[in-house]
Order: sequence, then structure tokens, then C-alpha cells
Amino acid sequence: SPGRMKSSEEKYNSAVKRAARYELLLTEEPGFLETEEGEESWSIDQRTIADAADIASANKHFELKLNQFGPYRIDYTRNGRHLLIGGRRGHVAAFDWITKQLTCEMNVMEAVQDVKSLCIGAFSCNLYRFNIELYTNRDVKMQCILSWVDYWVHYNFMLYNLFVTKRNQHGFLQYTDVSIGNIVSTINTKGGRLNIMCHNPHNAVVLLGHHNGSVTMWTPNQKEPVVKMLCHNTAIRALAVDQCGNYLATSGQDRKMKIYDVRMFKPLHSYQLHTGPSNLCFSQRNLLAATCQNVVQIYKDPCVQEHPYLTHRLRLPVEDVAFCPYEDVLGVGGSDSFVSLLVPGAGEANYDAFESNPNRSKKQRREWEVKALLEKIQPDMISLDPMVLSKVDHVSMERLRKDKEERMGFVEETAKFEPKHKNKGRSKSGNVEKRKQKVHGATIREQIKEEMKAKREKLLKAEESSLDQIAVVDNQTGDTTEF
Amino acid sequence: MKVKVLSRNPDDYLRETKRDIHKVFRNYNPVLHPFEAPREYLRALNATKLDRVFAKPFIASLDGHRDGVCCMCRHRKKLSSIFSGSCDGEIRQWNLTNRQCIRTLQGHTGFVRGLTCSADGNMFISVGDDKTIKHWNTDALSEGRDFPINTLVTKSLYTGVDHHWTEATYATCGQTVDIWNLERAEPIRVYKWGMDSVNSVRFNPVETNLCISTVVDRSIRLYDIRAAVPLNKVTLKLKSNVAVWNPMEAYVFTAANEDHNLYTFDMRKLDAAVNVHTDHTDAVLDVDYSPTGREFVSGSYDRSIRIFPVLSSGKSREVYHTKRMQRVFTVRWSADNRYILSGSDETNIRMWKARASEKLGMVTPREKAATVYNDKLKEKFAYHPQVKRIARHRHVPKSIYQAMKEKRLIKESQRKKEQNVRMHSKHGSVPRVVEKKKHIVTFQE
Repeated sequence: SPGRMKSSEEKYNSAVKRAARYELLLTEEPGFLETEEGEESWSIDQRTIADAADIASANKHFELKLNQFGPYRIDYTRNGRHLLIGGRRGHVAAFDWITKQLTCEMNVMEAVQDVKSLCIGAFSCNLYRFNIELYTNRDVKMQCILSWVDYWVHYNFMLYNLFVTKRNQHGFLQYTDVSIGNIVSTINTKGGRLNIMCHNPHNAVVLLGHHNGSVTMWTPNQKEPVVKMLCHNTAIRALAVDQCGNYLATSGQDRKMKIYDVRMFKPLHSYQLHTGPSNLCFSQRNLLAATCQNVVQIYKDPCVQEHPYLTHRLRLPVEDVAFCPYEDVLGVGGSDSFVSLLVPGAGEANYDAFESNPNRSKKQRREWEVKALLEKIQPDMISLDPMVLSKVDHVSMERLRKDKEERMGFVEETAKFEPKHKNKGRSKSGNVEKRKQKVHGATIREQIKEEMKAKREKLLKAEESSLDQIAVVDNQTGDTTEF
Repeated sequence: MKVKVLSRNPDDYLRETKRDIHKVFRNYNPVLHPFEAPREYLRALNATKLDRVFAKPFIASLDGHRDGVCCMCRHRKKLSSIFSGSCDGEIRQWNLTNRQCIRTLQGHTGFVRGLTCSADGNMFISVGDDKTIKHWNTDALSEGRDFPINTLVTKSLYTGVDHHWTEATYATCGQTVDIWNLERAEPIRVYKWGMDSVNSVRFNPVETNLCISTVVDRSIRLYDIRAAVPLNKVTLKLKSNVAVWNPMEAYVFTAANEDHNLYTFDMRKLDAAVNVHTDHTDAVLDVDYSPTGREFVSGSYDRSIRIFPVLSSGKSREVYHTKRMQRVFTVRWSADNRYILSGSDETNIRMWKARASEKLGMVTPREKAATVYNDKLKEKFAYHPQVKRIARHRHVPKSIYQAMKEKRLIKESQRKKEQNVRMHSKHGSVPRVVEKKKHIVTFQE
């Protein structure tokens, strides 16, 4: 009924307003770096920034010299508190990077391809030549997921689904549910060796970069790519998607870095650099970090600016780069070191404690874990549009209507009235319903009018015909009197 | 060069002592809350499942009667007191908080046909098969005088009684509908319309001068006691056992019919029912409205109790049954909207929760907030097929299940037959009749 719809719309609008007004109560402001006239931000080095910032922030800039165990891959936990580093020669360590407290450290005696922190129960997951091993935060090896297919190269952890996606050199993409331990789906991408993978945190689709320059998007439900985009003319070197799922940054062998709108699949911007960046990473506030060999460049507004916001040069080539969530820090895993760089304005200033809380206690972590498991999103809910569940399901409605027609044996009133869409708020659902009802009422009234008219005509006709009959009788008898 | 790097002061973010609660900061920016729709859907699914897990509606059984309980009445001023009458003439008063019988009175020799409490709560009136009307005073009873203050011996049998909601008048029904005054020994007004006996009579709690009665000639008649002539009536296909007024909407009443349905009517427009409530598989014997006026409970001959919403599709929201509960003769909804009482053939009065998974007792504010959130989630996603399937699922005794299947089959075959007849006859000769009008035979102003 239109009245009920109007009141529910009002409630919804007031809720949105109240949620937006809550912004007044947010306590923290994001970081910034303002340069004076003549000074360029990319020429400012880390030491200057660390000196100018306060002590707590200066401590966040540090360098670990790790020259024994090979290039390091890094991963921050989701709340930005703990850091996991894994060296190629087997050194794996997890520590709280703010307090520099070591949680666990070990040498796994095998070549480590990639590390990811899982945030549930098991703390870390290392990827080797043939298998993945899960470790708890007390160095206890929990589970060894062996696979008979040749080795998996890099993988990704998707939080809300608790999936790990792996790709391998034969072109297979595999989704594994880490909470239960079963393989959700294995897809043969038929795209050759899969080197580059990233996932879109907004809708949980996996993007793969191929050697012919195309980027394909996959969901565990389909054996075909959902979207296929041609991004570069040459092989793709790195991919990154921002947190809102708006922008896709790709870099290719042709030394170009391109920014795409990932919802409309349109190119927005293209940079020419001296090499194609080998690592790309978006921060929470849409800063883009690109590493070219041993130089890390950070772009502030990747769609607008041509020159980088900050740069940093390392001694040896960079292996991995990751922004720390909720902090103005960029972690860089190099060939012989780990560096933590200060990037003012990178992290989200105000976190939501129910999503990820950097200052959580053990109890809060346990509660969070239980809730996360209860709300684990099933694989068949993954699609390009994550909000499809809240939308009207037109397909099913049509199907149901057809079934009903068959059953009832008649077609419901056709010529449905669709009111014209009006601007300036005149097309709210309550108003639309009112207009529909007005037209419906008018058609019914017309129908009734016509019926009454037909009845009256019938009556008149009956009278006339009876009168005619009487006249005829008279004519028969001979009288010519007329009524 | 001005630099500000994000740094959080731990004093602002951590609690001061162990005894404090943890500090929780919120940011409602939707970017920080991805997957809102799927997560809400899963929460709604979990809430529905938990609802089914915690659905334990049966609270207690009040036993003591030695024959089937055939009528019950709520005390109009006290929440915890009810009166019940049984088929051997015994009247009992119960205290619902202790679940104990306060007193037992041998009221009549024969069935107790009707019980009603007066408007101020001091008195209750009982009517029985021994052709007497007895007035009892609760103060006198509590002093130990176990006899009625007044007994009226009448010529005809009475089958029901109801007290006015404000004045000192009551109505009885039997051969005719009589309006009595508490001081007189003769009815002040007698309504007679035909030779048929009247099953039940009820006063309207809002428009206090209206009353409704159900007659054996399948009709439901409305009276205004200020007038000498009955108001209007509507005739259905089968007789109605009870008709009850909605305590919130003055013109709406619901009739419990022998054709396994309940019909809600608006008094001002009797040619079509407001709603037809189907789901029972045998004659519906009693109805009572919730004090909110949005739901009612019905007890039926098929040994089950069903709760129906007034305005929705007409299907029941809930069904309560027990192996031990036989034919349900009378149901009442408690005045605090939380409990349902059912009196049945095997001498027990059962107390049930109105909302099966509600937590009785102390509810902390966080629990309350969680319950409210879950209810809203269930309501928001109620039409999604998985959620609907789980929310609708009820276990039902085999006899009722088989009877429901059979009824469905009958209905489907009748619909098909009508469709075939319509297809093969002249266009317009077999008109479609709306379900809400189908069951009404005539109505009369």
C-alpha cells in the first residue's frame, strides 16, 4: 500500500541521514603532506618526514636488514596490527610491527613462494612448491594441503568468504574454503601460466592477468570468465584493485601503467614510466604504490596527477609491497631487507571496531572470529554486483507470473500502466504507487461507466422493441394509431 | 613543509582499567562495510534458524478439573487471574503466576456454558445447563463464603453469557438474546429473530453498546442494545461457533466457523469478508483476540491451536499442539499479550507463549537490542525463499498433516473443475467470485 511504502521510505531516509551525521563524531583526521612553494613532494625523503612527524609516527619508519634468507614477501593482518614476512629461503616471521614484539619465527626448511595471514584461528599460511601449510601463531603446523597438480604460484585470501584462491602454472585457479577445508571449485582458465592475480575486495571476484595483455575476472560459480578486458598490448606485470571496487590499476611490459574504471570497464588514465611496475598496491584512501625495480613510487590521485606523491629508493630490487590498513605506513619487502615507509594520508583514520579493530583484546578477537564464521558468505553469492540480494528479482517474478497464468488459465489485466519517471524527488516509490492507483481507479470507473451505459442502452432497446411490437400488432388488425 | 602522520593515542583507544568495558569506535562509511546485502541475508537466515531452535512455546499445564474444560474467562482487571468452568459444573479460579488453583466452586449441576467477569472485576457470572444464572462476588469468595450472591432460575437453557465493558449490564444467549441488569431478575430487553437458538454472544469492548451473536441458522447477528431491533446480519455457508470483536478496531469482528475457517468482517460492509483465515482442518471452536488487535488465537476440534495475523494472507503464523491435548474447547489470550491459555477436553488448561521463541524473564539491554535487530532482519528478508522455508516450517501431528494434504487436493480439483466448466461454457456465464465473497450466502441490513 502506498502509505506503508511512504513511511518505510521516510524511515530509510532518516536512517541514512543519521548515519551520515555520525561523521561529526569521528575523532581522527587523515594524514597530509603540504609542501611549500618550490618544493616538490616527491623530492622529500623519508628521514625528513620522520623528523617532522611526532615520535610515535617516527617509530613507524624502520628498516630490518634481513640479508640471509632471500627476497621477502610480506602481508599485514586485516586490522593492521601484525605483520607476516616470509623469505624465499624459508624464513617466516610474524610480529607486531608497532611494538616490535615477535609473535613467532621459524625456518620452514623449504622454499617459500608467498605468505598470507588468515586472521582466523590459523595465523599464517605459507605456500611452497607443492603444498600450502597452515600455521597457528605458536609455530604449530596445523595442516598441510597437498596438491597433486604442479606448484601453485601465489595466492590470495578473501576475508568475508574465508577463501584462499591459488593459481598455478598450468592455468588452474582453485578456491579453497579455509574454515572447513574443502575445495570449493577448480577452474581451468585455459589462459596459460597464470602469473598475476589480485582480487577485488568490493565484490570478491578474482582478476587474473595474462601474457597477452588481457585481464579476466572469475567467480567460483562459473567455468568461464565473467569479464574479459584487453588492457595492454603486452604481457601484464601487475594488477591492483582499490578498496571500493572502483579503480583497477594495471601495468604491462610496455612500460605503461593504466587506470581503469572496473565497474564500467573503461580506461581512465595512462602513465608512461621507465619500466612497467612489478608491484601495485592501493591503500585505503586510494593512494597507489608502484614499484619499478628498486624504486617505490606512490601516487596520490592516480587518475589526476602525473607525478608521484612520494618516492623511495632501495638498494636492491623490491619483491613485495603492501599498505598497512588504518595506518599511514607502506611496507616494502626487498631482496635483503624490509622497510616500513611513512606515507601521510594513506590509511583510513577512523576504523570501525566491529569490522577490524587494531586495538582488540583476545576476547574481542574470539567474538569476531565466531561472528565471521557465522556470516561467512557462500560461494554462490559471489557475483559482479555484491548487492544483488537486496534488489528486486525481476526474472523470478516474470517466471512466477507465467506459471500463475498457466495455472489459472487466464491472462491478468494487460496494459499495465508504467508512470513516467519524474525528477526532483517526484518519483519516490510512494508517489509512483499513488499515481498507479489513481490510474487504476480511473480505469475501473470508466469500465463501470461503460457497463452502466450498455445496460441503459439495453433497457432502452428492450422498451423500443416492445413498443414496436405493439405498433405492428395494431397495423395487423388494421388500426393505424401510433403511440 | 607541513606533515601530519596518522597516529592514535593509545589512551583514547584502550580501556583504563580491567573493570571498564572495551572502547568501541564506529564508522558508518559504507566503504568499510563491504558485502552488506549478503551479510545481512546470512544474519537473517541465522536469526530464523535460531528462532526455530528456541521455539519452545509450552509453559505449563494447570490441572485440577475433573471433566473437560468448556469455558474460560479472563479477569478484566487483574492479569494473573482466570476463571474456568468444566463439563461437570465445577468452576475454578486460577492464579497464573503461581499456576495454582485459588478456589474451586461447585457452580452448576451440568455443563458450565458461560463465564464472564464484570467490568469492575468484583463479580463474575456463570451460566449453566441447570437453567440458572449465578452471580458470584470475588470479595465474598475470598472471605470464604463459597456460594453465589445471587441465583436466577430461568425457564430456558442459556448457552453463553457476556458482560458489558463499562455498565452493569450483561447479555445471555440461548433461545433469544437477553440483556439483563445486575439488579433485576427479568431481562430488560429480549431480541428475538426467528426460532433458532443462539450459540454465543459478545459485547464490543470499544463501541460498548454493540454486541454480536452467532445463531444456529448459520448467521451472525449484530445488535445495538440501545435499539429494540437487531442491526444487521450476515449468513455464511456453515454455522459459526463464536464471534469476537477486535479490541483495537471498533468495527471489526472475527467469526470461528464450522467450515474450518475463520472470517474477519467489517461491520459496516458485510457483503465481503475482510479476510478469510484457513489452516485448521476441523471445526474452529473458539477465538480470542490479542490485546494489540493484530493477531488472534483460535482453538479447533482438530486438537490444535493456531495463531493468525488479522491482515496478512490468511495463513496461520503458528500452530501449537501436544499429544496429550485433545479437542480444544476454549482459548484465551492473556491481557499482557504474552501468554495463551487453552482449555481442552482432557480436563487440562495449558499455558503457552504467544511468541514461541521469546525469552521470558529478565532480558538485558544488549539482549533486547539483539532481539529487536534479529526481528527486523527476519522481517526484511521474509520473502527470500530459503528464509521463508525455514520460518514456515512447523511439525504438525500426522492426522492434521494428512488432513491438510487432502484439503489441498480437494481445493485444487475444485479449482480445476471450475476452470474447465468456465472454459467450455458461454463467455461470462460462469463468473469469478472472489474468495472473500465466496463464503457469504446473504447479508441483510
